[in-house]
Amino acid sequence: MMEVFLDPTMLADFLATSLRLSVPIVFAALGGVLAERSGVYNIGLEGMMLAGAFGAAAGTFFTGSPLVGLVSGIFTGALTAMILAVLAISVGVTQIVAGIAINIFSIGITAFLSRIVFSGQANTMTLPGYKAFALPGLVAIPILGPVLFNQDALVYLMYVTVPLLFILLFRTPWGLNIRAVGENPRAADTAGISVAKVRYLCVLGSGALAGLGGCYLVLAQVYLFSEHMSAGKGFIALAAIILGRWNPVGALFACLLFGFFDALQLRLQFANPEVPYQAFIILPYAVSILALVGLVGKPTPPGAVGIPYEREGK
Amino acid sequence: MLGLLRAAYLLKGVWAVLAALLVGSGLIWLGGSDPIEAYSALFSGAFLEYHGFATTLVKMSPMLLAGLAVALPLRAGLFNIGAEGQIYLGALFATFAALYLPEMPGWLHIIIASIAGAIGGGLWALLPGYLKAYHGINEVIVTLLMNYIGINLVSYFVSGPMLAEGAPYPYSDEIREPLWLPHVLPGTDAHLGVAIGILLAIMLFVMFRRTSLGLSMATVGQNPAAARYAGMSVKRYVMMSLAFGGALAGLAGAYEVLGLKYRLFHMFSAGYGFDGIVVALLADANPLLVTVAALFLAGLRSGANIMQRAVGVPTTVVEAIQGLVIIFVAASVAFRFEKSTLAGIMRRRQEIGAALYSESKSKRIEEQQP
Repeated sequence: MMEVFLDPTMLADFLATSLRLSVPIVFAALGGVLAERSGVYNIGLEGMMLAGAFGAAAGTFFTGSPLVGLVSGIFTGALTAMILAVLAISVGVTQIVAGIAINIFSIGITAFLSRIVFSGQANTMTLPGYKAFALPGLVAIPILGPVLFNQDALVYLMYVTVPLLFILLFRTPWGLNIRAVGENPRAADTAGISVAKVRYLCVLGSGALAGLGGCYLVLAQVYLFSEHMSAGKGFIALAAIILGRWNPVGALFACLLFGFFDALQLRLQFANPEVPYQAFIILPYAVSILALVGLVGKPTPPGAVGIPYEREGK
Repeated sequence: MLGLLRAAYLLKGVWAVLAALLVGSGLIWLGGSDPIEAYSALFSGAFLEYHGFATTLVKMSPMLLAGLAVALPLRAGLFNIGAEGQIYLGALFATFAALYLPEMPGWLHIIIASIAGAIGGGLWALLPGYLKAYHGINEVIVTLLMNYIGINLVSYFVSGPMLAEGAPYPYSDEIREPLWLPHVLPGTDAHLGVAIGILLAIMLFVMFRRTSLGLSMATVGQNPAAARYAGMSVKRYVMMSLAFGGALAGLAGAYEVLGLKYRLFHMFSAGYGFDGIVVALLADANPLLVTVAALFLAGLRSGANIMQRAVGVPTTVVEAIQGLVIIFVAASVAFRFEKSTLAGIMRRRQEIGAALYSESKSKRIEEQQP
């Protein structure tokens, strides 16, 4: 096991796997950061990711083009988020309940539709997708080069999305509006910001990002759709949001940590067949909980997260 | 008119179910079958035929207990999303007790194995309760993540230390026949678990109405600040309601082993813990209504197989319908929002957070003053 960390090629290989495993969680966590910053608790990330995976598979299946699949997956994720947006923002129901409903609905509907759409070949087909390609020049950097710059297009998209979301949230007037709505919707409303509009956009964006995470599962990892393939990644993303303190960059590092443990878990399974593999599967989940417990200081979520906003006199 | 509206509101679960079935019929039509034919196969199979109804009762047992496991903490403003993991731990503890305790009369051994199951599920829920009470960590995330740990823990035990000799699949040894739960419908698999579940639902209903313990729990749920003024420890009740909920889920797991499978299997629960969330929300966290909701949703589940055989509609449509049920239940809460139990939950969560905070703060002040 130790030689993985001593041999540069093996280390690079291991870290590249860690990175790839963390990508879907990163996209989902970015979506969660966006929604929660605007004051909407998005526990439906898991369902949105699954819907995105299904949308990506269906789009690619019908057209043969992964790009169409990508757009379709992002759209399906956002469409699923629309349910949360309507329930949580317009109707004002408990956001956790709405999120749970989305997760359960999404598992059922994607399983049902996949039987109809792929008619029995869901687990045998191989869809076209995104393959890794090296970025010339950058890939020559020792260790980091092959880890970071010999990946597929969606990983490069992630490199762009994280700083973009950070700039959007913390360096633009729109970001100020989003955070104002998430911290103190009444004050934001008084200042002339439409709370409902901002929250709608953020929740839809959140679904699109989670859907993108689902796209990655289908188009860059397994090249097919299988029932409940998100397998709890959306829930790990929820933990990453807290660990990352509702900051896109923080969430990225939290997800990389989970990806690292996931890769370690896979490696340990192969290296130690005599130890039952379940002991390793629980690692990422256990680390998530331990990380929440071991936090230094108390994490402070956006002030108004989870509270439906109703204008006075309505 | 108002009375009519109020009656319609009380029946909102029924409306939600009807709306979900309506959308579901669109899905069935999309799948190329006749919705009326499909639903009549489903419901007659689930409720009108003897063996079909027995299958419904078999599924009702864990769904009812898991529904109570979610509903009880919900009354105190806490979300228990971890019933699935608690079911696994309950089954694990019950199987331990059933297989490895010295021989004793069957009825006594059943009781002890049940208690062991309740302890297993209760302990699994106590941890998120403790983290919520003393560290303010969101119980939703912790209970969610602990599901995966619980499921894999059981997989570990049945494929390692508890693996039956020569087993082709990860499962434990069979438990002794005197420990098998009696059947409530002769000649079928329907076991006593469902009757115990109904009994517990009635007891919980009475507890919330009549006993000081139930009243205290409800007070903590409805008004944590008042509970603190009355000298109750919000922390203790947060931990207790989650642990009690977990114990009920643990019983669900115990009875899957003692009543149905007679062994501990790898991945034995078909998501009953998550069904419990649907059950509890549909029943608006009322223990008696939980019984009705569990019966209905168990019928959907058992009828789905019959429907698949009869008209070829995939059973997964039922899962989609379950999701739709909660979506519509959630949407129906919009009517007379302030008065519904669900509407109060988020408010209560925040009040509990505030009360926990002031409790720990006042304790800190006490410590600082020698």
